[in-house]
Amino acid sequence: MIRIENLTKSFGLKKAVDDLSFSVERGEVLGFLGPNGAGKSTTMRMITGFLPPTAGRISVGGHDVVEDALAAKRLMGYLPENAASYPDMSVEGFLGFAAELRGLNGDAKKKAVHRVVDLCFLGSVLHQQIDTLSKGYRHRTCLAQSLIHDPEVLIMDEPTDGLDPNQKHEVRNLIREMGKTKAVIFSTHILEEVGAACTRAIIIDRGRMVANGTPEELRNMSELAGAVTIAAQNADAAKLSALPEALRVEAIDGALRVYPKDKSASVALARSVMDLAGREGWRVDALRTEEGQLDEVFRRITLPDTVKK
Amino acid sequence: MKANSSVANIRAIAKRELSSYFTSPVAYVFLVIFLLLAGFFTFTVGSFFERGEASLSAFFAWHPWIYLVLVPAVGMRVWSEERRSGTMELLLTMPVNAWEAILAKFLASWAFLAIALALTFPIAITVNVLGDPDNGMIAAGYVGSFLLSGAYLAITCMTSALTRNQVIAFILSVVLCLFLILAGFNPVTDMMTRWANPALVEIVAAFSVITHFDGFQKGVIDTRDLFFFLSVIGFALFATSVIIRNHRAG
Repeated sequence: MIRIENLTKSFGLKKAVDDLSFSVERGEVLGFLGPNGAGKSTTMRMITGFLPPTAGRISVGGHDVVEDALAAKRLMGYLPENAASYPDMSVEGFLGFAAELRGLNGDAKKKAVHRVVDLCFLGSVLHQQIDTLSKGYRHRTCLAQSLIHDPEVLIMDEPTDGLDPNQKHEVRNLIREMGKTKAVIFSTHILEEVGAACTRAIIIDRGRMVANGTPEELRNMSELAGAVTIAAQNADAAKLSALPEALRVEAIDGALRVYPKDKSASVALARSVMDLAGREGWRVDALRTEEGQLDEVFRRITLPDTVKK
Repeated sequence: MKANSSVANIRAIAKRELSSYFTSPVAYVFLVIFLLLAGFFTFTVGSFFERGEASLSAFFAWHPWIYLVLVPAVGMRVWSEERRSGTMELLLTMPVNAWEAILAKFLASWAFLAIALALTFPIAITVNVLGDPDNGMIAAGYVGSFLLSGAYLAITCMTSALTRNQVIAFILSVVLCLFLILAGFNPVTDMMTRWANPALVEIVAAFSVITHFDGFQKGVIDTRDLFFFLSVIGFALFATSVIIRNHRAG
């Protein structure tokens, strides 16, 4: 549905987006990660046709975003950063306006407004003026606007920004639900959202793509992935590091963590550690296999080399 | 889903824009101030009664000056507010051409100015009750005044697209409109003839709204004057579209 080839955007001499290529199919939810200023919003603005690219091509549903802008825009729903909306309008008026621009009138318009109002839980504030709403409601009003024409492609710039934990949860569920039938791209810098809502994630840093994979694959890039942590009273680090599967052993607040030589063989490592503990008669309080942590991966690949330890 | 025609897009945007004037008290304050100023200048400064003329020349003569401040006040928010609040991104990522949005917003604000102008109708009634004026001349005056406000408004739309700050948009448009007045304002042209070639003075004056508004006040709707106002509007709106495109191009 969305196809991006060698996309580049320069502002003066600065390259905000540098030779980015990826594609998103129907049924996929792509998480777009990166530190602030990495080029996430710029990329989304180019996909939605707000900013023209300096170089490269974007097509949405087979329509080139620059050459056939209107056809491409018709397929997309967009939630911009900060969820802008007209503060002097009522929620109903604003959604009606969005529906009209999407070519919905009369009954179709009414139906569409009702549908998104239910979807985004806006029923209680339908006639309220937008600038009197709390941030969460304002945000959901703009989200509702992006869904009004039941678009095939959904582009959302930080859809959970400024929401409370319950609202975040609702929005993530909504994104996951939408992702079953649509192509969705959303940006975030909350890493837990990647596991919660994405089928795939891309990390970009200073305009370049630095990682692309399923949440699972990204997690496995973590050093920690597959390590076995054992908390035992008389455990011996030397014996653990002598295991054939072990790369090295690290002491962590009273426990020992064994890193595997081969991350995919973490089960074998865990078994060896258990066998060893049994043979040596250690009193094991806890033993667990670590999952990779996204924030560690994120930090490792997006921090400048000088900051890395 | 069917595609919208340009007319439907323009109507939807213009409707939203016009109704947004009336959801805030600013619109009513503006209308009152406009009517008060128009009355004050006509009756007090323009000595409407003392003239003993059955015409509205004392009324229309002040319009370039009243509009100078009031039209930029109406138009300054048109684009700068969209830029400031980020709704411009929302609007321009809808399946809408930029020119449709530009035209719709201009037409909505122009309609608002037309409402303000139409509310001066008691003065036309007054002059009809008191005497026997040439109503064709009055109608021409109204047409001219409407076009004049459109020209100022288009310039304000342009300056409004330049900045996210409404105050800057206001000041820039007042300066530009003032220039359009002064280029043909008699005290200024008289001064210029003293040291410049009269042909040059005439060329400069041809760019002035005063020169072209004069005909309408005399009851003449000249196609050249019509063309002047429409081309100022057309040029300023075209400039607006260039500014918006450049802003997006970064």
